[in-house]
Amino acid sequence: MRAGSAQVLMAMIWRDLRLAMRRRGQLAHPLLFLTLITVLFPLALGPDPKQLGAIAVGIIWVGALVAVTMTLSDLYRSDRDDGWLEQLMVSGHPMVLVAIGRSFSHWLTTGLPLLLLTPLFASFLNMPEQLLSTLLLSLLLGTPTLSLIGNIVAALTVGIGRSGFLVGLLVLPLYVPVLLFAAGAVNAQAGGLSPDAHLLMLAAIATLAATLTPWATAAALRTSLSSN
Amino acid sequence: MSDFLAMGGYAFFVWTSYGIFLTTLVLGLVLPALRRRALIKELRQAYRRAEARRKPPRNQGAEQ
Amino acid sequence: MANKQKKNPIVLFIHKTGSPEYFYKLSGRFLPWLIAITTILTAWGLYQALYVVPPDYQQSESYRILFIHVPSAWMSMFIYAAMAVMAFIALVWRIKVAEICAMASAPIGAAFTFITLCTGALWGKPMWGAYWVWDARMTSELVLLFIYLGIIALYRSIDDRRAAARVASIMALVGLVNLPIIHYSVEWWTTLHQGQTIRLTGPSSIDASMLPPLIIMAVATKTYFIAAMLANARNMLIEQDRNKSWVRRLIGDAP
Repeated sequence: MRAGSAQVLMAMIWRDLRLAMRRRGQLAHPLLFLTLITVLFPLALGPDPKQLGAIAVGIIWVGALVAVTMTLSDLYRSDRDDGWLEQLMVSGHPMVLVAIGRSFSHWLTTGLPLLLLTPLFASFLNMPEQLLSTLLLSLLLGTPTLSLIGNIVAALTVGIGRSGFLVGLLVLPLYVPVLLFAAGAVNAQAGGLSPDAHLLMLAAIATLAATLTPWATAAALRTSLSSN
Repeated sequence: MSDFLAMGGYAFFVWTSYGIFLTTLVLGLVLPALRRRALIKELRQAYRRAEARRKPPRNQGAEQ
Repeated sequence: MANKQKKNPIVLFIHKTGSPEYFYKLSGRFLPWLIAITTILTAWGLYQALYVVPPDYQQSESYRILFIHVPSAWMSMFIYAAMAVMAFIALVWRIKVAEICAMASAPIGAAFTFITLCTGALWGKPMWGAYWVWDARMTSELVLLFIYLGIIALYRSIDDRRAAARVASIMALVGLVNLPIIHYSVEWWTTLHQGQTIRLTGPSSIDASMLPPLIIMAVATKTYFIAAMLANARNMLIEQDRNKSWVRRLIGDAP
């Protein structure tokens, strides 16, 4: 008897996480990148806490978008090169499971660590403390969408070598709504308004992305694999 | 006529806009036409080469 | 061709035009006519727009940019929709002609988006005092340009042409789902930041005398799109099918 979908999914996520732990150095790359960004901005703009605090949200969110984007071109690369994906497709496992599992493990290894380190970035940039909870909430609701949409683009570009810039060109326009609502939530809070509407929009987008993107990622994987 | 060209003082904006519009659209038709010419030439050469390879000329010595 | 079955004419049309050779011959017959119609309509429309229509009482002559800006903006979205429909057909039925038509549309859509942005900026300078304002429509249009460029870049970076077309078609459909969300989010963002939105065209400024050139240009840009798309698609088709017998027959033997 074949294993159930839930079991397969868990096995895939577990495998991804084990592989990620084996390559701990790579896990730290996006975090180091974002740390550097938050250090470079004060160096460029001067250490005035007021000025930095006013644009801290923008820096952190744009930095997070770029950091996530930079992880995407390798997301399916090794699994394609060693034939793992091909084996899965031949053996009849639905590609949707791969897409869901990989989106989740990608979020666990990039979105979540970024979220956990955000208090550090916020303090580097002198962000007002009362905004931190909203920023964290916006990251919690926004970064899963980044992983979900990023998976489509990663699957579309899996057969292309040196796809870094192409991935950025494809994925960053799609990230625009997330950026607008997430930064909007914190800016609304800073302006004395309720961030709820923005956060609800983020949650709605995340839900929509979670239901739709796995199918697109699966189709993209099947197409990319059948061609090479 | 000069009134028409002056566009009420907005000549630069109006004529640049129309210039960009027309240039882009004309390029959109001219470039495929040029590409088509080059492509047909390229394809014919390729066919001729393939033909020559398939049945080599009878007097091999004359081939340069 | 011997068995003449009775078929639904639409199905028959799709089957026939789905054959590269038939598509190539048919489009070759239409293309000169389309270019002629486009040229006549554009000349007529621009004559109306630049000469016949009286100047606007508020914006004087600068509003004449509207007659190319608005049709281009319509086309930038219309072509995306057309491309997405063809991409869908290409993905579901794997019709090569649909793949090629979808990919042939992308550069033309990008061109119209580019024109929309340029003419918008050139109109914005005398109206708003700045070439670029973070207006909702302009911002969405800019994002649309990046999506077009992404699709084109993706199509070009894969060697296998058919696989490239299918991959880029998926990207086009992903963009289609995203575009309304992007547009809506940008609209919300600008209304929050600007108080009142600045609009290039409001219902107040539309005058009856402005309609004829606008409609003529809207039709002209559509025939232009079909002409330019076919011209692109025909090239892509013979290049891709260069080793097929029908291309050899049509290209190789023609004088």
